[in-house]
Amino acid sequence: MTYQPQNDFGTPESRSDETVSLTIDGRNVTVPAGTSVMRAAAEKGTSIPKLCATDSVKSFGSCRLCLVEIDGRRGTPASCTTPVEPGMVVRTQTPHLAKLRKGVMELYISDHPLDCLTCAANGDCELQDQAGAVGLRDVRYDVQATHLGQEKDHSNPYFDFDPSKCIACSRCIRACDEVQGTLALTMEGRGWGSKISAGLASDNFLESECVSCGACVQACPTATLVEKKVVEVGTPERSVVTTCAYCGVGCTFRAEMRGEQLVRMVPYKDGKANRGHSCVKGRFAWGYAQHQERILKPMIRKSISDPWREVEWDEAFAYTASELKRISAKYGRNALGGITSSRCTNEETFLVQKLIRAGFGNNNVDTCARVCHSPTGYGLKTTFGTSAGTQDFDSVEDTDVILIIGANPTDGHPVFASRMKRRLRGQDGRPGAKLIVIDPRRTDIVRSPHIEAQHHLPLRPGTNVAVLTAMAHVIVTEGLADEAFIRERCDWDEYSHWAEFVSQARNSPENLQPVTLVDAEELRAAARLYATGGNGAIYYGLGVTEHSQGSSTVMAIANLAMATGNIGRRGVGVNPLRGQNNVQGACDMGSFPHELAGYRHISDGNARKLFEDDWGVTLDPEPGLRIPNMLDAAVDGVFKALYCQGEDILQSDPNTAHVSAGLAAMECVIVHDLFLNETANYAHIFLPGSTFLEKNGTFTNAERRIQPVRKVMTPMNGLEDWEVTQRLAQAMGLDWNYTHPSEIMDEIARLTPTFAGVSFARLDEVGSLQWPVTADAPDGSPIMHVDGFVRGKGKFVVTDYVPTDEKTGPRFPLLLTTGRILSQYNVGAQTRRTENVAWHPEDLLEIHPVDAEDRGVKSGDWVKLASRAGETTLRATVTDRVAPGVVYTTFHHAVTQANVVTTDFSDWATNCPEYKVTAVQISASNGPTEWQEEYEALSTRSRRVETGIAAE
Amino acid sequence: MNSVERLVHMANQIATNLATDAAPVAAVADHIQQFWDPRMKKMIFAHGTAGLSPVAAAAISLLADAQNGA
Ligand code: SF4
Ligand code: SF4
Ligand code: SF4
Ligand code: FES
Repeated sequence: MTYQPQNDFGTPESRSDETVSLTIDGRNVTVPAGTSVMRAAAEKGTSIPKLCATDSVKSFGSCRLCLVEIDGRRGTPASCTTPVEPGMVVRTQTPHLAKLRKGVMELYISDHPLDCLTCAANGDCELQDQAGAVGLRDVRYDVQATHLGQEKDHSNPYFDFDPSKCIACSRCIRACDEVQGTLALTMEGRGWGSKISAGLASDNFLESECVSCGACVQACPTATLVEKKVVEVGTPERSVVTTCAYCGVGCTFRAEMRGEQLVRMVPYKDGKANRGHSCVKGRFAWGYAQHQERILKPMIRKSISDPWREVEWDEAFAYTASELKRISAKYGRNALGGITSSRCTNEETFLVQKLIRAGFGNNNVDTCARVCHSPTGYGLKTTFGTSAGTQDFDSVEDTDVILIIGANPTDGHPVFASRMKRRLRGQDGRPGAKLIVIDPRRTDIVRSPHIEAQHHLPLRPGTNVAVLTAMAHVIVTEGLADEAFIRERCDWDEYSHWAEFVSQARNSPENLQPVTLVDAEELRAAARLYATGGNGAIYYGLGVTEHSQGSSTVMAIANLAMATGNIGRRGVGVNPLRGQNNVQGACDMGSFPHELAGYRHISDGNARKLFEDDWGVTLDPEPGLRIPNMLDAAVDGVFKALYCQGEDILQSDPNTAHVSAGLAAMECVIVHDLFLNETANYAHIFLPGSTFLEKNGTFTNAERRIQPVRKVMTPMNGLEDWEVTQRLAQAMGLDWNYTHPSEIMDEIARLTPTFAGVSFARLDEVGSLQWPVTADAPDGSPIMHVDGFVRGKGKFVVTDYVPTDEKTGPRFPLLLTTGRILSQYNVGAQTRRTENVAWHPEDLLEIHPVDAEDRGVKSGDWVKLASRAGETTLRATVTDRVAPGVVYTTFHHAVTQANVVTTDFSDWATNCPEYKVTAVQISASNGPTEWQEEYEALSTRSRRVETGIAAE
Repeated sequence: MNSVERLVHMANQIATNLATDAAPVAAVADHIQQFWDPRMKKMIFAHGTAGLSPVAAAAISLLADAQNGA
C-alpha cells in the first residue's frame, strides 16, 4: 500500500437528517442539508482546489481558491462557505475559474520560498498540490517578502514552526480553537500580511499556552508547522490503523511508516473515540518504544543483591518454570500469584489470568485496576448490574448539564476533554452545556477560554459521599426526583428507604457544610441544576474511587443518576473516565481474584464449569488474593512467587515501604516489562516485553469500545507479550498452541456472553465494537440500560458518610491529594523516556499561599513532605488552585516516590488504596531524605548487569 | 499494622459501611465470603472477635459456623 493521507472533504460533515439534491459538473449529488458545495463535490470524488478549508474546522473563506460557478448566481462564490441548495447547478472547472485560481496561486507562491525540493513536506504539501492542480507554471509578480526570511521556532520538542512558509490560511488557529479548545494561537496583522504566533509575539510554542496536541500541525497545509520527525526521516510511505496505548480515551491513530521506522502517529478521522483528534502523548510521545534503556534480552539472578545475567529465551523459560514449580511444591500452590497489565492487550491479559487459574492452580490474580477503578466495578455492578460506564463518548454532544467529580479531564483524558469543551462552548447557535465541577482543586476545566463552570464545589478531600448525599437530599426534599422513571425502572421500596435516609436533616447541605466545607447554597444550586437542567451526565475519575469510601461514592453517583432519570439514553449516564488504555479490558478479562471473564463470580458453578470444560482443568471456587493481600501474605512468609506483567507496583502502589517489604520477602519475582522498572529492583527474573507497536491484539477503552491494536514492526525483544506468556505456560507443562491473538479472542468470545459476537474479522470490518456484543446487539451497545437495567431493577443503595481513618492532627495538619498532568503518564516509565519531560521535569507540590507563608515556603523551595507512613522531598509551587489546608502532587517520577508517604488505608469494599487523602506536614528541607538516598543506592546496585555496565 | 490487625480493621470498615443495609450481619458475612481468600478467612476465624465491632463479630461468627457446619 502506498502512502495516502486520509481524505479531506474540506468542511465538516453535516448532521442533518434532511437531504438536498443538486448537480455538480453534470452529476447528481444528494447530501445532508447544511453540507457545503465543496464537501458535496468531494464526496463524489471531485476535489475543488482549496487552501484555507479542511474538514476538521469550520470554513473561513479567505483564500478564494475554491471558487465555483453556480447557475443563476452572480460572480464566483467560494464553495467552502456556500451551503448546498435543492436543484443547484454547480460547475467546478471552467476556463474562467482556472484563470482566477491561477491568479490566486501566483500571489501565494510569490510570497513563498521556492525550496520545494529540500522542504520536509515535499510530496505532502497542499500548496504544492494545489499549484499543480491549477496548472501554475510561472509567477508574474515580484517576490514579496511579507513572510519570507523569518526565524524558525524550534522550541516545541516535537514540531517546528517555520513562519516563512506560512500562507496565513488560519487553519491552525481554527484547529487550536475548535478542535483542541485551547486558543493558544493568534493572528497579528490583517489580510495578506497577517502572521501567526503562539500567544504573544514574544512567546515561543513551548512557553505559550500550547499543549502540543498537534491539531494545528495536522491542519497546516504547508511545511510551516511540521513534525520534527518528518524533517528528520522524511515523509511516510505506508500507514496502519491502530489504537493509542496511553489512556482510557483510546484514540485511533494511523501509524505512518517508512519501512519499519515509525515516522509519525496521525489521529484517525474515523476513530470513534477521538474523531480525528489527539493529545501530546499519543501523537508524539512514542519515542520510549525505541529507547536505549529498553531491555531486549531475558535476565535472571539468584538473589536481588546479585547483578543480572543475560540469558536466551529458552533458558529463561526453563528457569522460570522450574522456580515456580519448586515454590509450589515447597510452599503449596497458593504461594503463587500474578498481576495482569492494564497496558497490555485483552488477549495478553486473558492469557496471564488463565496461566494463574489453570496453571498455578489458584485465583491469586489481580490487576492495577485494584488501585484505580475497582470501586467502579463494585459500585456499578451493585446498582446497575454491569461494571462499566453507561455511554459512548459521542453521547456528550446531547448533554445539557455536565457534572465532573474527582476527575481532571484536560490533563487525564485530554481528547475527551476537548470534546466536552466543544459541547460546553456551544456550537452553531446551540447554547453550550452547563458545567458543575466537584473537586478540591480548581482544575483547568473550571475556568478556561470561553468556559466557566456554573458551580465549582471545592470540597475537603475525603468527603465525596457527604457532598453527594447532600445533593440527593436537595433533590428528594425539593421534589425534583423523577418518580415516574424510578417506579418504572427501579425497586421502589429500595428507593423509598434511600429517599427517607437522604431526607434526614443530618444530611442537609447546611448540616454537612462544616464537614465538606462546601457552601450550602452553592451545593443546592448545583443539585437543582443537575436535576432540572435537561440531560445530565456524570463523569468521574480517580478522585472518586481512590478513597476509603470509593465504592460508596460510585454508588452515590449511581443513586443520583437514577433518582433524576438520567440513565438509559443519549446525553445522560454515569461515566467513569478510565486511567490506563486497557484498564476496562483488564477488568473485563477476568483479572480480579473473585471474578472470571465477564464479571462472573468464581463461586458461580455454571460459569466455572464453562471454563473448566474448555480448559480441561478444575478451578478453585474460592476467591484469591488481591494485590495488597498478596503483599501482606508475603510479609507473613506464605506468598512466595509473583508474575508481574507490565505493572510497576513498587512505584504505583501505596505505602512503598510495605510494598518493598512484601517483594523482598518473595523468592521469585518475575517482571515482564519494557524497562527495568522500580519493581524490578526486587525481581529475580526479567522477561523483556514488547510495545503496542510490535503486537496484534485489542484494547477496550472507557466507553467499552474494543479496538484493534496492530503490529507495525517486529518486536525488538523477539516475542510479542502473549507469546512470552504462552511459552512460559508451555514450559510449565500446559498444552497451549495459539498461533495468533485472534484465536485467543475467539476463546474469550466463546466463554464470555458479553463478547459473544466479537472477533478480529468483525473488528476489521467495522473498526470497533462496544460490548455487550450479542445476538440481540450484533453491532454492540453504545448506550447501556436502555430498556431497563442489566440487573433487572436499578438498585438504590444507602451510602452513609463515614469519615476516613486518616485524620489530620497537630503533627500532620494538611491533607495531601495526588493526581497527574497532561504530559506524563502513570508512573512515567514511558513518558519520562520521551521529550515530554520538557513540560514536567519533576513532581511539584502545590500549596496554598497561606499554608506556604505559615511555613516560610516559597515557590521553587525544596520541602519535606511527611506523613505517618514516611517522608520524601520535592519542590514546592505556591498556588491558590488548591484550598487552604490541602496540598497536591503528581506521582510521575521515581525519585519523588510520592507513595512513600501514602498510607495503606483503602476502600472498604475493594481495598482500592486511599491515594487521595493523606494527612501530612510540610517543612523546609535540606536535601533528600534517608529513604530517597538509600533507595537510590539500592536502585543502582540492583540494576547492574553482569557485563559490568549499569542498564539504567 | 500486621496482617491480623489489618483484617480486623477491614472487617470493621466493611461493617460500618454496610450498617445501613437491611440485614447488616448477613451483608457483611456475604461480602467477606465473596472477596476474601481462604487464608484471610481462616486467619480471622482463628483470631476470634477481639477488636471487632458487634456487627463484624456477628458476621465472622456466622461465617465460621457455616464453614464448620459444611
Ligand atoms: S499543538 Fe494544539 S494546543 Fe498547541 S497550538 Fe497547536 S492546536 Fe493549539
Ligand atoms: S501555520 Fe500553516 S495552518 Fe497556520 S496559517 Fe500558516 S500555513 Fe496556515
Ligand atoms: S487522549 Fe489518551 S488515548 Fe488519546 S492520544 Fe492522548 S493519551 Fe492517547
Ligand atoms: S478553501 Fe474556500 S476560500 Fe479557501
